[in-house]
Amino acid sequence: MAPPATIVASEESGALTMRAAGSWVVVSASELDRRLHALDLPSGRQVTLDLAGIDRLDTAGAWLLLRTEHALSARGNSVALANVRASFAPLLEQVRARGAVAPLPHPIPPHHTLIGFVARIGEITIMLGRRVYSMLGFGGLVSADFAKLFRHPKRLRVTATLVQMELTGLDAMPIVGLLSFLIGVVMAYQGADQLRRFGAEIYTVNLLGVAILRELGVLLSAIIIAGRSGSAFTAQIGTMQVNQEIDALHTLGLDPVEVLVLPRVFGLVLTLPLLVFYADAMGLLGGCLMTWATLGISIPAFLDQLRGAITEWTLWVGVIKAPFFAWIISMIGCYEGFNVTGSAESVGRLTTQSVVESIFFVIVADAAFSILFSLLRI
Amino acid sequence: MAGDPNDIVIRVRGLVTRFGAQTVHNGLDLDVRRGEVLGVVGGSGSGKSVLLRTVIGLKRPDAGSIDVLGYDVPHLSEADAIALEQRWGVLFQDGALFSSLTVAQNVEVALREHLAMPEPLMDEIAACKIAIVGLPEATADKFPSQLSGGMRKRAGLARALALDPEILFLDEPTAGLDPIAANGFDQLIGDLKASLNLTVFLVTHDLDTLFAICDRVAVLVDQTIRIGTLEQHLQDDHPWIHAYFHGPRGRAAQPSAGQ
Repeated sequence: MAPPATIVASEESGALTMRAAGSWVVVSASELDRRLHALDLPSGRQVTLDLAGIDRLDTAGAWLLLRTEHALSARGNSVALANVRASFAPLLEQVRARGAVAPLPHPIPPHHTLIGFVARIGEITIMLGRRVYSMLGFGGLVSADFAKLFRHPKRLRVTATLVQMELTGLDAMPIVGLLSFLIGVVMAYQGADQLRRFGAEIYTVNLLGVAILRELGVLLSAIIIAGRSGSAFTAQIGTMQVNQEIDALHTLGLDPVEVLVLPRVFGLVLTLPLLVFYADAMGLLGGCLMTWATLGISIPAFLDQLRGAITEWTLWVGVIKAPFFAWIISMIGCYEGFNVTGSAESVGRLTTQSVVESIFFVIVADAAFSILFSLLRI
Repeated sequence: MAGDPNDIVIRVRGLVTRFGAQTVHNGLDLDVRRGEVLGVVGGSGSGKSVLLRTVIGLKRPDAGSIDVLGYDVPHLSEADAIALEQRWGVLFQDGALFSSLTVAQNVEVALREHLAMPEPLMDEIAACKIAIVGLPEATADKFPSQLSGGMRKRAGLARALALDPEILFLDEPTAGLDPIAANGFDQLIGDLKASLNLTVFLVTHDLDTLFAICDRVAVLVDQTIRIGTLEQHLQDDHPWIHAYFHGPRGRAAQPSAGQ
């Protein structure tokens, strides 16, 4: 590697000469910076900075030289540069002209102060209020377009809706089926383990029937769809927003809500109940096989017990929730997609937000349904 | 300084690049001399940016050799890659600044990663680079999303210059800038080249840039390259090259070379 950078001061005929030597480059800047800070600077003298020994110089080195020169003149010395090589002159000139500035202190982020903290709470509250307002606005917009469909049914985009049904429903069948099956297996295993202690292992079937049909089938499907399709809605519409495709739709006289939102909402509302029914069946299948394997309950015996444990309403209670959850997921997915502004980074942020919000609201809605059903004594 | 013909910093031989069935470069040879500004031009889809990405090792060539500062780019060991990457700086089209970092932090990334440098010195060097590329001091603590396109490019240039590289790769530095900002950028690159003795590999569409700062111009035609000075290209009777330099825009840009 190049010789290390040095600076040495010496007295010569009444004047002070500081000889800089070596490679004044960014690689040796830390070392050099330490030496320069350790240097005992004189004051009120004639100082010559002799650069004859410098064999390499870059911007970092030039900055350190000029910083030293500046520090010396600040102490009342009169400073002169000597023996500047012709090839270094333009660089020194350039840094002196534009780059010889000390960095500004970093501003303290406002939320690090107490007032900033309180202000931040206020900001978040106001922002939340605005979001609720704009979400309601979006809900109204979509509802109005939805109402128009009843007057002009031909404006429903059938192909787009079917495509959405395929993407959100048919393509989700493997994952929804497998996960429901596994949840059935796990439920049966854990249920059997606990109920065996009371000699009531046959009631594992009741547990499975009620839990899967009423809650787990629909919740599991909704959460998978929120992660799979809700995020896709936000990302698709968000990317279109970044590419100005939404603006292009407007200028071509098309209504983005009608073109993009209605097929997605409509498609998912029709698909999710079917998916829930399928998830219920797969969950019961998993539970059935597991009770057979661990408890020796044969399949006909399982079905007999199941028939006694549930009514048709047990199934409906689960399936009825599905279109509402589908509406929540697709509306939030599309809403967040339209919220994307300019940058690609906001697509990622809003996609995450859309999944979190949809799952949150799905579970809130599920709790509300539980209260409603218990009031109705179903 | 037009570069020393015997001191070659980038040497490309027999480069072949394909995307599926489509061949972009076929047996392309290119030499870049130390201390010159080489402009690379060509029609849309002729593979200018692909050439840049291949030379800096972001894309593997399908055949041929690429030698930068004595390193064999497609077959770099990890240690060599780190050593080489400290000796070049790259400015991507829209700056490619890290959006979660401030401008100063963007400049400091390489300093922080490759050199054990105290924080105050790093701030000083970052401030120095930011000033050199002509950005106001207060830009240091701003985030890329708060900057205009031209400022983002300048900030990207400051980041590319962080380690004082020997070679600077620029991908369409003036695209999307207004003519005044584009002129300023040309001037800046010319100044930096003169003071830092940079070698500049410049992909551009901008005829004014070519006439203002390029020592030699490489034209991508027919899947290979024709390299020469502007005067040589002006004599060339290849239909595309002729149309490029003698079209209305080419003619409009020419007088600026004489000033």
